[in-house]
Amino acid sequence: MHITHSKRIVALGVLAALTLTGCAAGSGTTTDGAASVDCTPSEGKVDLTYTSWIPGIDKVVDIWNKKNPDIQVTVQTGPNGNGGTYKNFFNQLNAGNAPDLGQIEYDALPNFRVQDGLTNIASCANVTESKDKFIDWTWNQVTFNEDDSVYAIPQDTGPMAMYYRKDLFEKAGIPIPTTWDEYAAAAAQIRDEGGYITNFPQNDVNWFAGLVWQADGEWFTNDGANWDVSLTSPESEKVADYWQDLIAGDLVSKVPAWTDEWNNAYNTGSDWTWISAVWGANSISSGAPDTSGKWAVAPMPQWNAGETAAGNWGGSSTAVLKGSAHPFEAAQFALWLNTDDEALTALNTEANLYPATKDGLTLPVLADGVEFYDNQKIYDVFADAANETNPDFTWGPTMTQTYSDVADGFGQVLGGTGTLGDALETGQTKTIAALEAAAIPVNK
Amino acid sequence: MTATLTPKTTATKPERTVSGAPKEKLASRTAAMIIMGVSTLYFLVPIWWLFISSTKSRSDFGSTAGLWFADFNLFGNIKDLVEYNGGVYLRWMLNSVVYAGAGALLGTLFAAMCGYALAKYRFPGRELIFNVVLGGVLVPATALALPLFLIFSQFNATNTFWSVFLPSLVSPFGVYLARIFAAASVPDELLEAARLDGAGEVRTFFSVSRKLMTPALVTIFLFQFVAIWNNFFLPLIMLRDQNLFPVTLGLYTWNSQVNQIPEIRTFVIIGAFLSIIPLIIAFLSLQRFWRGGLGAGSVK
Repeated sequence: MHITHSKRIVALGVLAALTLTGCAAGSGTTTDGAASVDCTPSEGKVDLTYTSWIPGIDKVVDIWNKKNPDIQVTVQTGPNGNGGTYKNFFNQLNAGNAPDLGQIEYDALPNFRVQDGLTNIASCANVTESKDKFIDWTWNQVTFNEDDSVYAIPQDTGPMAMYYRKDLFEKAGIPIPTTWDEYAAAAAQIRDEGGYITNFPQNDVNWFAGLVWQADGEWFTNDGANWDVSLTSPESEKVADYWQDLIAGDLVSKVPAWTDEWNNAYNTGSDWTWISAVWGANSISSGAPDTSGKWAVAPMPQWNAGETAAGNWGGSSTAVLKGSAHPFEAAQFALWLNTDDEALTALNTEANLYPATKDGLTLPVLADGVEFYDNQKIYDVFADAANETNPDFTWGPTMTQTYSDVADGFGQVLGGTGTLGDALETGQTKTIAALEAAAIPVNK
Repeated sequence: MTATLTPKTTATKPERTVSGAPKEKLASRTAAMIIMGVSTLYFLVPIWWLFISSTKSRSDFGSTAGLWFADFNLFGNIKDLVEYNGGVYLRWMLNSVVYAGAGALLGTLFAAMCGYALAKYRFPGRELIFNVVLGGVLVPATALALPLFLIFSQFNATNTFWSVFLPSLVSPFGVYLARIFAAASVPDELLEAARLDGAGEVRTFFSVSRKLMTPALVTIFLFQFVAIWNNFFLPLIMLRDQNLFPVTLGLYTWNSQVNQIPEIRTFVIIGAFLSIIPLIIAFLSLQRFWRGGLGAGSVK
């Protein structure tokens, strides 16, 4: 009696486990260019669904809905991509009820491409023609350099620059660093003053990728058939060695980013600079309110004096997901949302998004000085950075795994064992293993 | 539940305290007090922190000590929270109350009827059904979320009120508890008397058995209420329309946007603080039924 009872329970458990794994397995793994959909306008009134976690996006979409009574877009929301929305997209793609449009960050797009979750909208009217409107690197992110392919419309970017405490640098008589060598020298001087030049975050591996991006390095390449993983490329190693020296010399603080402790380090003036993206402007003003008027923004330090290279941290696209019955209308909406001046202005004022179009960089909302930064016109610096970002950087299909493996290594370095180079090497090995495990062709 | 039970049983046996050696008694009592004190602190400090943080303005939050007051700003914060994004927070609270309140009420009714039937009626397959229900206790709700999503997808019913509400009605543990309790507390003689008096089965259940089972029903209701209130994974997978979100999912969504809109952090904290209040009310107002029930049981 008791035996049959427990057997039954085991059987139930196994059944549940099978159901789970059955659903979780990815579907396709091809990287060849998929045929573009037949993109003709639908008859009559069209209702589209659009899932995005941008706060206030519904107000922007309302503008579209008022102007386009025949193409009505319903906003759906959820947590940020890695917080659950990507997982939901994949579940919905499996179940065949994904929204027509979805917000996908650039570093997650390859995963959706590899799992065949995106619709190729290249043949939809105005899509390929819009190529020149967008900043070069963003267009490469949504086409994967495939012929006749466009899988998403770039939405926003995170060009990087250096935020620094103007008042502290002046008071200590330290020149504002323009090269990484000067930055390291300043780091030592600031340490003598009792502060830290900046903080090295364990978990923001995509921030570190932005620095590698600036150094002309790449972490992934795809030749159309196979993926190449190059976390240990010379450029990547150069950046790792540089920060390794700063960490080893106790020249950077090591608090976990985005915590109260971290906010406090900036609010009390113990950390002097932050190499960060354009959206970081808001993080400082809200995290370090006592320092209003004391900050300024300068271009990122350069590896060679006189260069103007910049990196990028963050940004997302609007993708038409697989199975949408109205790719034409969806594509038109995505184009409007991400190129129209009114939409871009609304996205910027509602959600602090920084446009991915060339014209968007000169929007009136971005032309004014910002009070927190002593009325400096900080967006001019970021506009230059956006145009100086290397167009050829490619993300891999398993970024979540890569981030977490590299972050584990970074954590050990901050704890005092190993080097950043070791962390990248581990990340390299584990990423290749993960790609192989997912049956994605990869060069070893 | 056991925690409220233990002190009572020891209190009813005073002779024990007389026979125990005073020294040992003092030591063991001190140890017990310390353990209870430490665990009370352990559970209350996070709530204290949450309360303190809810009263702070955004700039004080980062710069003042975490466990003591700065400028008292609670009501201003609540006002901002309620007004943010068109008052969506209130909507989430209302949703949670409906999901958890109505879900627990109906879920308790079903569990009680099912458990009562399993305890009091003899029919073929009774043990089989009970064993399957017992098996259901062992399957965590999280593991069922994805299969449920795929099933609801078949009916185009994801992203609806029902996709979260219907699965919440099922409580295998409640059935189990109701069966055990009905077997122990509803005497067959009483049921026979009711039948002889001409009451139908349904009427017997509602007017006789239900009253005898009240303590178990309150327990099932509270368990189910808390389980639905805290259920996060199912709504996360099912819902995309923020007007349907329960408060847990809404707060999680906000929390994941903190990097983008740092102002939201204050709302997440106050929102979390306010969201535990209904649970506290539910417990405080229903726990007296436990005591009454336990007393009634002991007399018998």
